[in-house]
Amino acid sequence: MPKKRGADIVIDVLLEEGVDTVFGLPGGAIMEVYDALFDAPLRNILARHEQAASHMADGYARATGKVGVVLATSGPGATNLVTGIATAYMDSVPMVAITGQVPTHYIGTDAFQEADVVGITRPITKHNFLVTDIKDLALILRQAFYIARTGRPGPVLVDIPKDITQQIYDYKMPTDKDVEASLPGYKPHYEGNPSQIKKAAELIRKAKRPVLYVGGGAVLSGASEEIKELVELTKIPLTTTNMAKGVFDEEHPLALHMLGMHGTYYANMSVYHSDLLIAVGARFDDRVTGKIQEFAPEAKIIHIDIDPASISKNITVDVPIVGDVKLVLQKLIKELKKKPIEWVKAREQWLKQIEKWKEKHPLTYQKSDKVIKPQYVIEEIYKATKGEAIITAGVGQHQMWAAMFYKYKFPRQFLNSGGLGTMGYGFPAAVGAKLGRPDKKVIAIEGDGSFIMNVQDLITAVQYRIPVIIALINNSFLGMVRQWQQLFYDSRYSSVCLATQPDFVKLAESFGAVGLRATKPSEVSKVINEALKVDDRPVLIDFVVDREENVLPMVPAGKSYREMILSPKQKGEAETMYLVG
Amino acid sequence: MGEEIKVLKVREEKKTEVRKHIIIVRAQHNFGVLTRITSLFAGRGYNIESLSVGKTNEPNVARITIVVNGDERIIEQIIKQLRKLIETLRVRDITNQPHIERELALIKVHAGTDSERNEIMRLVDIFRAKIVDVYTDTYTIEITGDTEKLEAFIDLIRPFGLKDIARTGIVAITRESATRKLSYKEQQVD
Repeated sequence: MPKKRGADIVIDVLLEEGVDTVFGLPGGAIMEVYDALFDAPLRNILARHEQAASHMADGYARATGKVGVVLATSGPGATNLVTGIATAYMDSVPMVAITGQVPTHYIGTDAFQEADVVGITRPITKHNFLVTDIKDLALILRQAFYIARTGRPGPVLVDIPKDITQQIYDYKMPTDKDVEASLPGYKPHYEGNPSQIKKAAELIRKAKRPVLYVGGGAVLSGASEEIKELVELTKIPLTTTNMAKGVFDEEHPLALHMLGMHGTYYANMSVYHSDLLIAVGARFDDRVTGKIQEFAPEAKIIHIDIDPASISKNITVDVPIVGDVKLVLQKLIKELKKKPIEWVKAREQWLKQIEKWKEKHPLTYQKSDKVIKPQYVIEEIYKATKGEAIITAGVGQHQMWAAMFYKYKFPRQFLNSGGLGTMGYGFPAAVGAKLGRPDKKVIAIEGDGSFIMNVQDLITAVQYRIPVIIALINNSFLGMVRQWQQLFYDSRYSSVCLATQPDFVKLAESFGAVGLRATKPSEVSKVINEALKVDDRPVLIDFVVDREENVLPMVPAGKSYREMILSPKQKGEAETMYLVG
Repeated sequence: MGEEIKVLKVREEKKTEVRKHIIIVRAQHNFGVLTRITSLFAGRGYNIESLSVGKTNEPNVARITIVVNGDERIIEQIIKQLRKLIETLRVRDITNQPHIERELALIKVHAGTDSERNEIMRLVDIFRAKIVDVYTDTYTIEITGDTEKLEAFIDLIRPFGLKDIARTGIVAITRESATRKLSYKEQQVD
């Protein structure tokens, strides 16, 4: 290997790792890397804010399964990444963040644009590094990629002082073996314990009211096929979390759709009454379980997860299986097939009961021909895209409607900030997703409150001619907070009114994007189809929707599934929401 | 408009008591590793009672003894999180295993008069401690033992006028019998 500059070693490692796109924004401490990037065979997306860059890298990673890469300078550049890194951490997204740092001899002197970035990001990264010697640079970067994409994936940050990017060093690219050998304490466990798998199979055979509860781990592990096979073999109905949408076709008769706070009535009832819950790559988040003592109270629980720390964290499980979801499910299916599966017949009663629940309270909303119902917008987007688009969402009511009223059928189809709940995520994530999956239509379903948090990067999408559609569910409110204020704070609407807002159509046009607007239900499908025709720039559609529509059903925070608020059924019934039980 | 749903029996989660745990961590001795370890406790509002770090027989491997009060559930979760850290090599809770605990303290105590000096020297003798520094009105005592012994000694000399105490925190190691399955008596060697 020839002698190389630190910055060029960074590029070499990116290429070695198969990176084709990086997102970021330069600044003093990372200038050397940007200099090397100038003629590197890499697509370099210049964002306008580091937070947006980090969400772009995140969206790219979620859409493709590859490691997303984001670059930022020291100090404010790096601190602006914090929200994006934390978002990726909570949802186990593989990401490598490379930040410039002040030169080694300035560290700790309160130098210009200095911040202890390794200290700041320690609790929100899977691991992070400060490079103190150019000899370690290549190995650390390769370790970062290896850690980010293996085991339970997550973001890894590498902080590189400017002088190290400038030094010249005669380096050798570390091999995969070097990388593994250099991390003696890091050995993700992929194979499930065979005796535990046997126990799980036995419980599945005996269960009368089983339910599969599938989370984001199934997507990360690429276990879509195995899940389908398991469901069809065992006829066990399946509910997914927000993070696992699309891992199983939502049009399938055994699909119960989402569970939890804004889960369907039938998913929540099935879980509540189940005698066996098979949790697959899910982590029993409070938004899923509600009141933990009443979560599947009669069920034995099988929990398959690659992260031992997720097991028995919130709820004690009966059969824990630590391992990669895909591998474990393959073995479990094999084990189940060893004996005749006539026990499936005993489940008919259970499936009938679930059918009844489905008929009784399907996912629905009060339709209108005067005002645009937000749910209607999502349904129309679903129709216009034939269910084939990649959907991203910000955080709030629109996110939940996007989860409920678009029917997903392939994994990595619905990208949103499930764990951290980061407003402003949807649009930049769509930009990243579109760059990773140019073959797909990508639509960011955003709220007016959420979108404006990263509005500046509309210019990035214009600059690179990225044809993403922003479907703005505009209710001039911080809608989810308003909903909680209506339900739990006696309708005292404190700091949620966003009636003072830009003209979003003009805003889009001023950026060089296409701006469209729909104010009547009859205009909705027209503007969607118009937007879908644009292929050389982003489109923003301002859907002016019913201002006080609520996301229902809803299990109030910390309550049991029994206390679910269901959607009003008829006209004029909007205020008469009722509790079950 | 409400509808009847049979109320099922609630899930019972085991309650566990708060007690002292001794956790041994072996980790790669990189900078920042100690912060990663301690922040897992701090982030959950757990105060570490004592912490001691030292080198081991292997190069670049540190051994960390952590003493913390906590309930089983949280401690189990912290141990899992400790194992999850990239730089930790081995994490054990040795609380329930036969083990030896030692702590060292250096104690400065007022020793002005002859009778005070005599009394202190007697206590030092009984506790098998050592006087390691003497000044006109001050003795500095070195004492080793488990926490109870140290506390007892400190209580006894407190009336003379404690000036300063420096304690190392506990280091602990399992008895070989715990791994070799030999009887406890055969292993009674300190």
